[in-house]
Amino acid sequence: MNESGRKLLEVKGLTMDFGGLRAVDSVSLTVHEGEIAALIGPNGAGKTTFFNCVTGIYVPTKGDILLHPQGEQTRRLNGLKPNQVTEMGLARTFQNIRLFGGMTVLENVMIGRHCRTSSGIFRSILRGSRVREEEQQIVEDSYYWLNKVGLEKYVNEFARNLPYGAQRRLEIARAMATDPLLLLLDEPAAGMNPYETSALEVLIRRISEEEKIAILLIEHDMKLVMKISHPIYVMEYGKKIAQGSPQDVRNNPRVIEAYLGEEVEA
Amino acid sequence: MDYFLELFFSGLTRGSIYALIALGYTMVYGIIQLINFAHGEIYMIGAFVALIVSGVCTIYGLSGFAILILAAAIAAVYAAAYGFTLERVAYRPLRGSPRLSALISAIGMSIFLQNYVLLAQTPDFLPFPRLIPDLAFIEPVAHIIGTPELVILITTLITMVVLTFLIKKTRVGKAMRATQQDLSMARLVGINVDNVISLTFIIGSVMAAIGGVLVASYIGQVSFYIGFLAGIKAFTAAVLGGIGSIPGAVLGGLIIGWSESFAAGYISSDYEDVITFVLLVVILIFRPAGILGKVHKQKV
Repeated sequence: MNESGRKLLEVKGLTMDFGGLRAVDSVSLTVHEGEIAALIGPNGAGKTTFFNCVTGIYVPTKGDILLHPQGEQTRRLNGLKPNQVTEMGLARTFQNIRLFGGMTVLENVMIGRHCRTSSGIFRSILRGSRVREEEQQIVEDSYYWLNKVGLEKYVNEFARNLPYGAQRRLEIARAMATDPLLLLLDEPAAGMNPYETSALEVLIRRISEEEKIAILLIEHDMKLVMKISHPIYVMEYGKKIAQGSPQDVRNNPRVIEAYLGEEVEA
Repeated sequence: MDYFLELFFSGLTRGSIYALIALGYTMVYGIIQLINFAHGEIYMIGAFVALIVSGVCTIYGLSGFAILILAAAIAAVYAAAYGFTLERVAYRPLRGSPRLSALISAIGMSIFLQNYVLLAQTPDFLPFPRLIPDLAFIEPVAHIIGTPELVILITTLITMVVLTFLIKKTRVGKAMRATQQDLSMARLVGINVDNVISLTFIIGSVMAAIGGVLVASYIGQVSFYIGFLAGIKAFTAAVLGGIGSIPGAVLGGLIIGWSESFAAGYISSDYEDVITFVLLVVILIFRPAGILGKVHKQKV
């Protein structure tokens, strides 16, 4: 796969303590442009905590999170609020789906456009032509993403009434509507049946290829991870224990031990 | 029949004012789960600003509706500034701390603002000029509904339509609804939640000020204390309808307005406040989430 790109996200020595517990222990990781990288590891390894640090939900104890947008200055993301991180170009989805259930599918995606648009309260009430044009543009952009993830037939349904797989795809559409440089997916295939998973695989590839967006995913479905991602980073007990191509990772004794337990001499 | 209609319209008028104030309570609660007990004081400050403005305007020879509109506009700006500052000073620093702390801060702000107006203005009731002139076309039905009632009804109706439009259709409205449903997720899709909260306080305060101006010119007097009772009643309306629910606030306001008006008309005017609080107690016993409120199941 394309490893040619420049560095996009660079995380150096990220550490996150909760009181006496070190949930993430100096983890470094790099995502290049055009890459689909994966972060794997047993339950409780600190993967989601890592995502939470990167997206501004937690302020990391130590370490640097750097974003290198093309043709612009490097930006340090530590300590920024989540909405600022989203503005910088990181979007994410959640392990347990977090849609705005009481809003329609279309509105959920339109909300994603919020940080890229500007109409204020007075102009919205007065409804000048600029506001109406902007609104039209938001709706068009939102339809673009709904078509892309195949949810166009659900536009006016409440998000909470959607089938499970469709809710996951809606989360991706909402994240993509924020115009990210990097998309972070937290267990996108969790709870999906094999058919839905293969549709997801196609979707992730399409986003990566057609939109030229880098992707970092946490996933437990090894078949999916091994098929689409390179490189793969492996975490256990908060530490990074391996990184490399799917082949390397699969044969790495530390990884096998983490997943299957230590080999015992019989 | 005429007597019934008269009570019906006077109840509708009061109810729509309660609804206007209750919207401020319910919108703030919906977003940050805080009962903003100082909201009634914003209403009172709105009325005072209007009194000052109308005094100045009368000197310059303006009259009637012109003063009313100008006074309401200036009162709205002042109230917005107060609401914004209130959130910044008293609530934002406490965000993330236990809800009780913010609640106590709210009560503190309420007491502070009351006493501030008491000291800065006067402890007495001040007469408020009748700004709404009688319109000729309403003469035939004046024994059922007077001009002030009509003006109040129309104004509150317009305000609520604008609010509904704002929340349902505009970009900021979507941001507000998203924040209400899931604050931290709203942040993650790039919404500046702090701005949304400030905006909610501003909108609520503007509506409270409009209510204050209308009531003051309807009743004809203001004092530093009017915010307390109006606030408590509007709060009751918000709880009755289901706190956090916008249609609920309007419904609750109207129910309270009518029950007060009918209780005063058919029983005795001594009972109008009693009825309000009996309703509150009954609702809290039998349907704590309110009429249109959602019953939240806590996931463990």
